[in-house]
Amino acid sequence: MFPFCFEWKWDPDHFIFLGFLYLVLIIIGTGLGIAFLKTSAQVLGFMRERHFDH
Amino acid sequence: MNPFDAALFPEGTKRCSLKLFIAWNIPWILLLLWGLVGAVLCLYKGLNQTNMTDYFAFALWIVFDLAVIALGAGAFFTGFLTYIIGKKELKDIINAAVLIGFICYSGAIAMLGIDIGQPLRGWFIFWHVNVHSMLAEVSFCITAYLGVLAIEYLPIILENRQIQRIKELRLFGNNLHEIMAMFAATGTFLSFFHQGSLGGLFGVMYARPFAYREGFYVWPWTFFLFVLSAIAAGPCFTILCTRLAEFITRKKLVPDKAVQTLAKIAAYLTGIYVLLKIVDTLVWAYKLTPKAGLTLMDYYKEGPYGIWLLIAEVIIFGIIPAIILLIPKARQHPGWLVVACLMNCTGIVLNRFVFTVVTLAIPVMPFGRFVSYWPTWQEWGIALALVGYGFLLFSLSYRYLPLFPKERELNP
Repeated sequence: MFPFCFEWKWDPDHFIFLGFLYLVLIIIGTGLGIAFLKTSAQVLGFMRERHFDH
Repeated sequence: MNPFDAALFPEGTKRCSLKLFIAWNIPWILLLLWGLVGAVLCLYKGLNQTNMTDYFAFALWIVFDLAVIALGAGAFFTGFLTYIIGKKELKDIINAAVLIGFICYSGAIAMLGIDIGQPLRGWFIFWHVNVHSMLAEVSFCITAYLGVLAIEYLPIILENRQIQRIKELRLFGNNLHEIMAMFAATGTFLSFFHQGSLGGLFGVMYARPFAYREGFYVWPWTFFLFVLSAIAAGPCFTILCTRLAEFITRKKLVPDKAVQTLAKIAAYLTGIYVLLKIVDTLVWAYKLTPKAGLTLMDYYKEGPYGIWLLIAEVIIFGIIPAIILLIPKARQHPGWLVVACLMNCTGIVLNRFVFTVVTLAIPVMPFGRFVSYWPTWQEWGIALALVGYGFLLFSLSYRYLPLFPKERELNP
Protein backbone atom coordinates (compact mmCIF):
# COMPACT_ATOMS: atom_id res chain seq x y z
CA MET A 1 0.00 0.00 0.00
CA PHE A 2 1.33 3.41 -0.96
CA PRO A 3 0.42 6.79 0.61
CA PHE A 4 -1.53 7.76 -2.51
CA CYS A 5 -3.89 4.77 -2.14
CA PHE A 6 -7.40 5.55 -0.89
CA GLU A 7 -7.00 3.12 2.05
CA TRP A 8 -3.95 4.95 3.38
CA LYS A 9 -4.44 7.02 6.53
CA TRP A 10 -2.03 9.65 7.75
CA ASP A 11 -1.72 8.18 11.24
CA PRO A 12 1.21 6.79 13.30
CA ASP A 13 0.02 3.20 12.83
CA HIS A 14 0.37 3.36 9.03
CA PHE A 15 3.63 5.31 9.31
CA ILE A 16 5.25 2.78 11.65
CA PHE A 17 3.97 -0.41 10.04
CA LEU A 18 4.52 0.48 6.41
CA GLY A 19 7.48 2.75 7.19
CA PHE A 20 9.45 -0.19 8.57
CA LEU A 21 8.40 -2.38 5.64
CA TYR A 22 9.66 0.14 3.09
CA LEU A 23 12.83 0.70 5.12
CA VAL A 24 13.57 -3.03 5.02
CA LEU A 25 12.83 -3.22 1.28
CA ILE A 26 15.09 -0.19 0.67
CA ILE A 27 17.92 -1.82 2.65
CA ILE A 28 17.58 -5.10 0.74
CA GLY A 29 17.40 -3.25 -2.60
CA THR A 30 20.39 -1.06 -1.70
CA GLY A 31 22.46 -4.11 -0.73
CA LEU A 32 21.69 -5.86 -4.00
CA GLY A 33 22.34 -2.60 -5.90
CA ILE A 34 25.76 -2.14 -4.24
CA ALA A 35 26.78 -5.72 -5.07
CA PHE A 36 25.58 -5.30 -8.66
CA LEU A 37 27.34 -1.94 -9.17
CA LYS A 38 30.61 -3.18 -7.63
CA THR A 39 30.50 -6.26 -9.86
CA SER A 40 29.86 -4.12 -12.92
CA ALA A 41 32.74 -1.81 -12.00
CA GLN A 42 35.08 -4.78 -11.47
CA VAL A 43 34.05 -6.48 -14.71
CA LEU A 44 34.53 -3.25 -16.67
CA GLY A 45 37.94 -2.71 -15.05
CA PHE A 46 37.09 0.41 -13.01
CA MET A 47 37.66 -1.39 -9.72
CA ARG A 48 40.09 -4.10 -8.64
CA GLU A 49 38.83 -7.55 -7.65
CA ARG A 50 39.24 -8.12 -3.92
CA HIS A 51 40.06 -11.56 -2.62
CA PHE A 52 37.55 -12.05 0.12
CA ASP A 53 38.02 -14.68 2.80
CA HIS A 54 34.68 -16.46 3.30
CA MET B 1 31.83 -41.99 -11.42
CA ASN B 2 30.16 -39.81 -14.07
CA PRO B 3 32.78 -37.19 -15.13
CA PHE B 4 30.16 -34.50 -15.87
CA ASP B 5 28.63 -35.00 -12.43
CA ALA B 6 32.01 -35.19 -10.66
CA ALA B 7 33.07 -31.91 -12.26
CA LEU B 8 30.37 -30.17 -10.24
CA PHE B 9 31.52 -31.44 -6.83
CA PRO B 10 33.26 -28.99 -4.49
CA GLU B 11 37.05 -29.01 -4.92
CA GLY B 12 38.79 -31.94 -3.22
CA THR B 13 35.65 -33.63 -1.87
CA LYS B 14 34.32 -37.12 -2.41
CA ARG B 15 30.71 -37.96 -3.16
CA CYS B 16 28.72 -41.16 -3.74
CA SER B 17 27.97 -42.40 -7.27
CA LEU B 18 25.23 -40.72 -9.28
CA LYS B 19 23.13 -43.92 -9.23
CA LEU B 20 23.22 -44.11 -5.45
CA PHE B 21 22.41 -40.41 -5.19
CA ILE B 22 19.36 -40.82 -7.46
CA ALA B 23 18.21 -43.87 -5.45
CA TRP B 24 18.59 -41.88 -2.18
CA ASN B 25 16.38 -39.13 -3.58
CA ILE B 26 13.53 -41.34 -4.84
CA PRO B 27 11.58 -41.32 -1.52
CA TRP B 28 11.83 -37.52 -1.33
CA ILE B 29 10.65 -37.15 -4.93
CA LEU B 30 7.70 -39.47 -4.16
CA LEU B 31 6.79 -37.33 -1.15
CA LEU B 32 6.94 -34.25 -3.36
CA LEU B 33 4.69 -35.92 -5.94
CA TRP B 34 2.16 -36.84 -3.23
CA GLY B 35 2.14 -33.20 -2.15
CA LEU B 36 1.82 -32.05 -5.74
CA VAL B 37 -1.29 -34.21 -6.27
CA GLY B 38 -2.81 -32.81 -3.06
CA ALA B 39 -1.94 -29.25 -4.07
CA VAL B 40 -3.46 -29.61 -7.55
CA LEU B 41 -6.66 -31.02 -6.01
CA CYS B 42 -6.85 -28.20 -3.45
CA LEU B 43 -6.24 -25.53 -6.08
CA TYR B 44 -8.62 -27.07 -8.63
CA LYS B 45 -11.46 -28.28 -6.39
CA GLY B 46 -10.94 -26.00 -3.42
CA LEU B 47 -10.33 -26.39 0.30
CA ASN B 48 -13.18 -28.94 0.56
CA GLN B 49 -10.35 -31.39 -0.09
CA THR B 50 -9.25 -30.75 3.49
CA ASN B 51 -10.94 -31.40 6.82
CA MET B 52 -10.65 -27.74 7.73
CA THR B 53 -13.89 -26.00 8.64
CA ASP B 54 -14.94 -22.54 9.74
CA TYR B 55 -14.19 -23.85 13.23
CA PHE B 56 -10.78 -25.28 12.31
CA ALA B 57 -9.46 -22.62 9.96
CA PHE B 58 -5.96 -23.16 11.37
CA ALA B 59 -4.99 -26.81 11.07
CA LEU B 60 -2.15 -29.16 10.09
CA TRP B 61 -0.55 -26.75 7.61
CA ILE B 62 -0.38 -23.95 10.17
CA VAL B 63 1.11 -26.34 12.75
CA PHE B 64 3.77 -27.30 10.17
CA ASP B 65 4.27 -23.65 9.23
CA LEU B 66 4.75 -22.50 12.79
CA ALA B 67 6.99 -25.46 13.59
CA VAL B 68 9.30 -25.08 10.58
CA ILE B 69 9.47 -21.31 11.01
CA ALA B 70 10.60 -21.84 14.63
CA LEU B 71 13.06 -24.58 13.64
CA GLY B 72 14.36 -22.46 10.76
CA ALA B 73 15.24 -19.68 13.20
CA GLY B 74 18.74 -21.15 13.34
CA ALA B 75 19.46 -19.25 10.11
CA PHE B 76 18.85 -15.76 11.39
CA PHE B 77 20.23 -16.44 14.85
CA THR B 78 23.44 -18.06 13.58
CA GLY B 79 23.77 -15.17 11.10
CA PHE B 80 23.30 -12.70 13.95
CA LEU B 81 25.94 -14.46 16.08
CA THR B 82 28.39 -14.76 13.17
CA TYR B 83 28.13 -11.37 11.49
CA ILE B 84 26.87 -9.05 14.25
CA ILE B 85 28.28 -10.56 17.47
CA GLY B 86 31.42 -11.83 15.72
CA LYS B 87 31.47 -15.53 16.63
CA LYS B 88 33.92 -16.44 13.85
CA GLU B 89 33.84 -20.18 14.56
CA LEU B 90 30.21 -20.27 13.43
CA LYS B 91 31.34 -19.49 9.85
CA ASP B 92 31.89 -23.25 9.59
CA ILE B 93 28.18 -23.93 10.08
CA ILE B 94 26.53 -20.76 8.74
CA ASN B 95 26.06 -22.11 5.17
CA ALA B 96 24.14 -25.13 6.48
CA ALA B 97 22.09 -22.88 8.80
CA VAL B 98 21.17 -20.58 5.90
CA LEU B 99 20.15 -23.53 3.72
CA ILE B 100 17.99 -25.03 6.50
CA GLY B 101 16.36 -21.63 7.02
CA PHE B 102 15.75 -21.24 3.29
CA ILE B 103 14.17 -24.71 3.08
CA CYS B 104 11.94 -24.02 6.10
CA TYR B 105 10.74 -20.60 4.98
CA SER B 106 10.27 -21.37 1.28
CA GLY B 107 8.41 -24.56 2.18
CA ALA B 108 6.22 -22.74 4.69
CA ILE B 109 5.33 -20.00 2.19
CA ALA B 110 4.58 -22.56 -0.55
CA MET B 111 2.26 -24.37 1.87
CA LEU B 112 0.57 -21.07 2.81
CA GLY B 113 -0.03 -20.49 -0.90
CA ILE B 114 -2.30 -23.55 -0.85
CA ASP B 115 -3.72 -22.79 2.60
CA ILE B 116 -5.13 -19.40 1.64
CA GLY B 117 -7.39 -21.15 -0.88
CA GLN B 118 -7.05 -18.59 -3.65
CA PRO B 119 -3.33 -17.89 -4.20
CA LEU B 120 -4.19 -15.42 -6.95
CA ARG B 121 -5.50 -13.16 -4.21
CA GLY B 122 -2.44 -13.69 -2.01
CA TRP B 123 -1.24 -10.15 -2.69
CA PHE B 124 -4.38 -8.70 -1.00
CA ILE B 125 -2.73 -9.00 2.43
CA PHE B 126 0.12 -6.78 1.24
CA TRP B 127 -1.90 -4.21 -0.63
CA HIS B 128 -5.10 -3.99 1.46
CA VAL B 129 -3.19 -4.38 4.70
CA ASN B 130 -4.71 -4.07 8.16
CA VAL B 131 -1.87 -2.37 10.02
CA HIS B 132 -3.22 -3.55 13.40
CA SER B 133 -3.08 -7.22 12.43
CA MET B 134 -0.33 -9.45 13.80
CA LEU B 135 -1.00 -11.85 10.91
CA ALA B 136 -0.34 -9.05 8.41
CA GLU B 137 2.97 -8.35 10.16
CA VAL B 138 3.85 -12.04 9.96
CA SER B 139 3.02 -12.12 6.23
CA PHE B 140 5.16 -9.06 5.52
CA CYS B 141 8.09 -10.25 7.58
CA ILE B 142 8.25 -13.87 6.40
CA THR B 143 7.98 -12.82 2.76
CA ALA B 144 10.71 -10.19 3.13
CA TYR B 145 12.83 -12.60 5.17
CA LEU B 146 12.53 -15.29 2.50
CA GLY B 147 14.00 -12.69 0.14
CA VAL B 148 16.87 -12.13 2.58
CA LEU B 149 17.44 -15.89 2.89
CA ALA B 150 17.48 -16.24 -0.91
CA ILE B 151 20.14 -13.50 -1.04
CA GLU B 152 22.14 -15.31 1.67
CA TYR B 153 21.81 -18.64 -0.18
CA LEU B 154 22.75 -17.17 -3.59
CA PRO B 155 26.50 -16.73 -2.86
CA ILE B 156 26.63 -20.39 -1.73
CA ILE B 157 25.17 -21.45 -5.11
CA LEU B 158 27.60 -19.14 -6.90
CA GLU B 159 30.49 -20.91 -5.13
CA ASN B 160 29.85 -24.04 -7.18
CA ARG B 161 33.11 -25.08 -8.86
CA GLN B 162 31.82 -24.60 -12.40
CA ILE B 163 29.93 -21.37 -11.69
CA GLN B 164 33.13 -19.94 -10.16
CA ARG B 165 34.66 -20.05 -13.64
CA ILE B 166 32.23 -17.36 -14.78
CA LYS B 167 33.97 -14.18 -13.67
CA GLU B 168 30.84 -12.01 -13.41
CA LEU B 169 29.00 -14.49 -11.18
CA ARG B 170 32.08 -15.15 -9.02
CA LEU B 171 32.52 -11.43 -8.44
CA PHE B 172 28.84 -10.92 -7.70
CA GLY B 173 28.95 -13.74 -5.13
CA ASN B 174 32.05 -12.26 -3.49
CA ASN B 175 30.48 -8.81 -3.36
CA LEU B 176 27.33 -10.22 -1.77
CA HIS B 177 29.51 -11.99 0.81
CA GLU B 178 31.21 -8.70 1.71
CA ILE B 179 27.95 -7.02 2.70
CA MET B 180 26.39 -10.09 4.32
CA ALA B 181 26.37 -8.39 7.75
CA MET B 182 23.81 -5.92 6.41
CA PHE B 183 21.51 -8.74 5.26
CA ALA B 184 22.08 -10.61 8.53
CA ALA B 185 21.01 -7.54 10.53
CA THR B 186 17.91 -7.09 8.33
CA GLY B 187 17.08 -10.78 8.74
CA THR B 188 17.43 -10.50 12.50
CA PHE B 189 15.04 -7.55 12.61
CA LEU B 190 12.47 -9.30 10.41
CA SER B 191 12.75 -12.61 12.26
CA PHE B 192 12.39 -11.05 15.68
CA PHE B 193 9.10 -9.50 14.70
CA HIS B 194 7.55 -12.38 12.78
CA GLN B 195 8.56 -15.02 15.33
CA GLY B 196 7.06 -12.78 18.01
CA SER B 197 3.93 -11.92 16.10
CA LEU B 198 3.22 -15.60 15.46
CA GLY B 199 2.98 -15.97 19.23
CA GLY B 200 1.28 -12.62 19.63
CA LEU B 201 -1.60 -13.52 17.35
CA PHE B 202 -2.61 -16.30 19.77
CA GLY B 203 -1.98 -14.25 22.89
CA VAL B 204 -4.33 -11.45 21.85
CA MET B 205 -7.33 -13.81 21.46
CA TYR B 206 -9.26 -12.44 24.42
CA ALA B 207 -12.27 -14.66 23.71
CA ARG B 208 -10.17 -17.83 23.97
CA PRO B 209 -8.88 -18.11 27.54
CA PHE B 210 -6.73 -21.11 26.62
CA ALA B 211 -4.48 -18.90 24.49
CA TYR B 212 -5.04 -15.41 25.89
CA ARG B 213 -2.18 -13.80 27.83
CA GLU B 214 -1.53 -10.41 29.32
CA GLY B 215 1.59 -8.61 28.23
CA PHE B 216 3.68 -5.53 27.68
CA TYR B 217 2.12 -2.63 25.73
CA VAL B 218 0.53 -4.21 22.57
CA TRP B 219 2.53 -7.45 22.86
CA PRO B 220 1.20 -10.37 24.92
CA TRP B 221 3.82 -12.51 26.72
CA THR B 222 3.43 -15.17 24.02
CA PHE B 223 5.16 -12.71 21.66
CA PHE B 224 8.38 -12.88 23.69
CA LEU B 225 8.04 -16.59 24.47
CA PHE B 226 7.77 -17.46 20.77
CA VAL B 227 10.89 -15.41 19.95
CA LEU B 228 12.81 -17.02 22.80
CA SER B 229 11.67 -20.56 21.99
CA ALA B 230 12.58 -20.09 18.31
CA ILE B 231 16.12 -18.87 19.02
CA ALA B 232 16.53 -21.71 21.52
CA ALA B 233 15.27 -24.46 19.19
CA GLY B 234 16.59 -23.09 15.86
CA PRO B 235 20.29 -23.72 16.65
CA CYS B 236 19.37 -27.17 18.03
CA PHE B 237 17.68 -28.02 14.71
CA THR B 238 20.76 -26.83 12.81
CA ILE B 239 22.92 -29.10 14.99
CA LEU B 240 20.53 -32.01 14.41
CA CYS B 241 20.58 -31.56 10.62
CA THR B 242 24.39 -31.38 10.49
CA ARG B 243 24.66 -34.44 12.73
CA LEU B 244 22.23 -36.30 10.45
CA ALA B 245 24.28 -35.27 7.40
CA GLU B 246 27.45 -36.49 9.15
CA PHE B 247 25.76 -39.80 10.03
CA ILE B 248 24.52 -40.40 6.48
CA THR B 249 27.74 -39.34 4.72
CA ARG B 250 29.94 -40.98 7.40
CA LYS B 251 32.12 -37.88 7.44
CA LYS B 252 32.91 -35.16 9.92
CA LEU B 253 31.54 -32.01 8.38
CA VAL B 254 31.55 -29.36 11.12
CA PRO B 255 34.32 -28.73 13.69
CA ASP B 256 33.30 -29.50 17.28
CA LYS B 257 34.05 -25.92 18.31
CA ALA B 258 31.28 -24.54 16.08
CA VAL B 259 28.75 -27.12 17.27
CA GLN B 260 29.66 -26.59 20.92
CA THR B 261 29.39 -22.79 20.64
CA LEU B 262 25.94 -23.16 19.17
CA ALA B 263 24.94 -25.80 21.75
CA LYS B 264 26.13 -23.63 24.66
CA ILE B 265 24.15 -20.61 23.45
CA ALA B 266 21.10 -22.83 22.84
CA ALA B 267 21.51 -24.22 26.37
CA TYR B 268 21.27 -20.83 28.06
CA LEU B 269 18.40 -19.73 25.84
CA THR B 270 16.47 -22.96 26.44
CA GLY B 271 17.03 -22.57 30.19
CA ILE B 272 15.69 -19.00 30.18
CA TYR B 273 12.79 -19.99 27.93
CA VAL B 274 11.73 -22.92 30.12
CA LEU B 275 11.94 -20.76 33.24
CA LEU B 276 9.75 -18.05 31.69
CA LYS B 277 7.38 -20.67 30.26
CA ILE B 278 6.86 -22.10 33.76
CA VAL B 279 6.13 -18.61 35.13
CA ASP B 280 3.78 -17.96 32.20
CA THR B 281 1.98 -21.29 32.78
CA LEU B 282 1.52 -20.57 36.50
CA VAL B 283 0.15 -17.05 35.87
CA TRP B 284 -2.15 -18.45 33.17
CA ALA B 285 -3.38 -21.32 35.38
CA TYR B 286 -3.82 -19.40 38.64
CA LYS B 287 -4.67 -15.86 37.50
CA LEU B 288 -6.01 -15.65 33.95
CA THR B 289 -8.02 -18.88 33.87
CA PRO B 290 -9.97 -18.21 37.12
CA LYS B 291 -10.54 -14.65 35.86
CA ALA B 292 -12.32 -16.19 32.83
CA GLY B 293 -14.53 -18.26 35.18
CA LEU B 294 -12.70 -21.53 34.49
CA THR B 295 -10.29 -23.93 36.13
CA LEU B 296 -7.19 -25.39 34.54
CA MET B 297 -8.76 -28.83 34.19
CA ASP B 298 -11.71 -27.37 32.24
CA TYR B 299 -9.34 -27.12 29.27
CA TYR B 300 -8.46 -30.79 29.43
CA LYS B 301 -11.72 -32.52 30.34
CA GLU B 302 -12.76 -33.48 26.79
CA GLY B 303 -11.15 -34.92 23.70
CA PRO B 304 -7.72 -36.47 23.20
CA TYR B 305 -5.77 -33.42 24.37
CA GLY B 306 -5.35 -34.06 28.08
CA ILE B 307 -3.14 -32.53 30.78
CA TRP B 308 -0.41 -34.88 29.51
CA LEU B 309 0.20 -32.36 26.72
CA LEU B 310 1.17 -29.69 29.25
CA ILE B 311 3.41 -32.14 31.14
CA ALA B 312 5.03 -33.33 27.92
CA GLU B 313 5.61 -29.80 26.62
CA VAL B 314 6.93 -28.14 29.77
CA ILE B 315 8.57 -30.97 31.73
CA ILE B 316 9.58 -33.80 29.38
CA PHE B 317 10.44 -31.74 26.30
CA GLY B 318 11.26 -28.51 28.16
CA ILE B 319 12.99 -28.95 31.50
CA ILE B 320 14.82 -32.21 30.65
CA PRO B 321 16.55 -31.00 27.42
CA ALA B 322 17.37 -27.70 29.16
CA ILE B 323 19.12 -29.59 31.98
CA ILE B 324 21.02 -31.85 29.55
CA LEU B 325 22.17 -28.87 27.48
CA LEU B 326 23.14 -26.84 30.54
CA ILE B 327 25.48 -29.57 31.85
CA PRO B 328 28.79 -29.02 29.93
CA LYS B 329 29.83 -32.69 30.05
CA ALA B 330 26.42 -33.83 28.78
CA ARG B 331 26.31 -31.44 25.81
CA GLN B 332 29.90 -32.37 24.89
CA HIS B 333 28.80 -36.01 24.64
CA PRO B 334 27.68 -36.61 21.01
CA GLY B 335 24.78 -38.90 21.97
CA TRP B 336 23.37 -36.71 24.73
CA LEU B 337 23.70 -33.61 22.54
CA VAL B 338 21.56 -35.22 19.82
CA VAL B 339 18.99 -36.43 22.39
CA ALA B 340 18.74 -32.97 23.98
CA CYS B 341 18.45 -31.21 20.61
CA LEU B 342 15.80 -33.68 19.46
CA MET B 343 13.80 -33.24 22.67
CA ASN B 344 14.12 -29.46 22.49
CA CYS B 345 12.84 -29.39 18.89
CA THR B 346 9.99 -31.79 19.80
CA GLY B 347 8.97 -29.48 22.65
CA ILE B 348 8.78 -26.49 20.33
CA VAL B 349 6.74 -28.43 17.73
CA LEU B 350 4.41 -29.53 20.55
CA ASN B 351 4.10 -25.92 21.73
CA ARG B 352 3.08 -24.76 18.23
CA PHE B 353 0.61 -27.67 17.96
CA VAL B 354 -0.99 -26.78 21.30
CA PHE B 355 -1.38 -23.12 20.40
CA THR B 356 -2.79 -23.87 16.94
CA VAL B 357 -4.99 -26.94 17.31
CA VAL B 358 -5.88 -27.26 21.01
CA THR B 359 -6.76 -23.55 21.20
CA LEU B 360 -9.39 -24.06 18.51
CA ALA B 361 -10.61 -27.46 19.78
CA ILE B 362 -11.66 -26.19 23.21
CA PRO B 363 -15.20 -24.72 23.22
CA VAL B 364 -15.57 -21.12 24.33
CA MET B 365 -19.36 -20.92 24.69
CA PRO B 366 -21.41 -22.75 27.36
CA PHE B 367 -23.32 -24.61 24.64
CA GLY B 368 -20.16 -25.31 22.62
CA ARG B 369 -18.77 -28.81 22.19
CA PHE B 370 -15.22 -30.04 21.85
CA VAL B 371 -14.38 -30.25 18.14
CA SER B 372 -11.79 -32.74 16.96
CA TYR B 373 -9.95 -32.68 13.66
CA TRP B 374 -7.96 -35.15 11.60
CA PRO B 375 -6.25 -34.12 8.35
CA THR B 376 -7.13 -35.68 4.98
CA TRP B 377 -4.52 -37.44 2.84
CA GLN B 378 -4.27 -34.29 0.73
CA GLU B 379 -3.33 -32.26 3.81
CA TRP B 380 -0.77 -34.85 4.93
CA GLY B 381 0.64 -34.99 1.41
CA ILE B 382 1.18 -31.23 1.19
CA ALA B 383 2.68 -31.09 4.69
CA LEU B 384 5.01 -34.05 4.14
CA ALA B 385 6.07 -32.67 0.76
CA LEU B 386 7.94 -30.06 2.79
CA VAL B 387 10.01 -32.86 4.34
CA GLY B 388 10.71 -34.33 0.89
CA TYR B 389 11.62 -30.89 -0.46
CA GLY B 390 13.95 -30.31 2.48
CA PHE B 391 15.83 -33.58 2.06
CA LEU B 392 16.06 -33.10 -1.71
CA LEU B 393 17.41 -29.54 -1.59
CA PHE B 394 19.80 -30.33 1.26
CA SER B 395 21.10 -33.41 -0.59
CA LEU B 396 21.60 -31.47 -3.84
CA SER B 397 23.29 -28.59 -2.02
CA TYR B 398 25.59 -30.95 -0.12
CA ARG B 399 26.56 -32.76 -3.32
CA TYR B 400 27.27 -29.76 -5.50
CA LEU B 401 27.97 -26.79 -3.22
CA PRO B 402 30.59 -26.10 -0.55
CA LEU B 403 28.01 -26.32 2.22
CA PHE B 404 30.58 -27.25 4.84
CA PRO B 405 33.72 -25.15 4.31
CA LYS B 406 35.87 -27.35 6.57
CA GLU B 407 34.84 -30.67 4.98
CA ARG B 408 38.12 -31.09 3.08
CA GLU B 409 40.24 -30.23 6.10
CA LEU B 410 38.31 -32.56 8.41
CA ASN B 411 38.40 -35.48 5.94
CA PRO B 412 41.92 -35.59 4.50
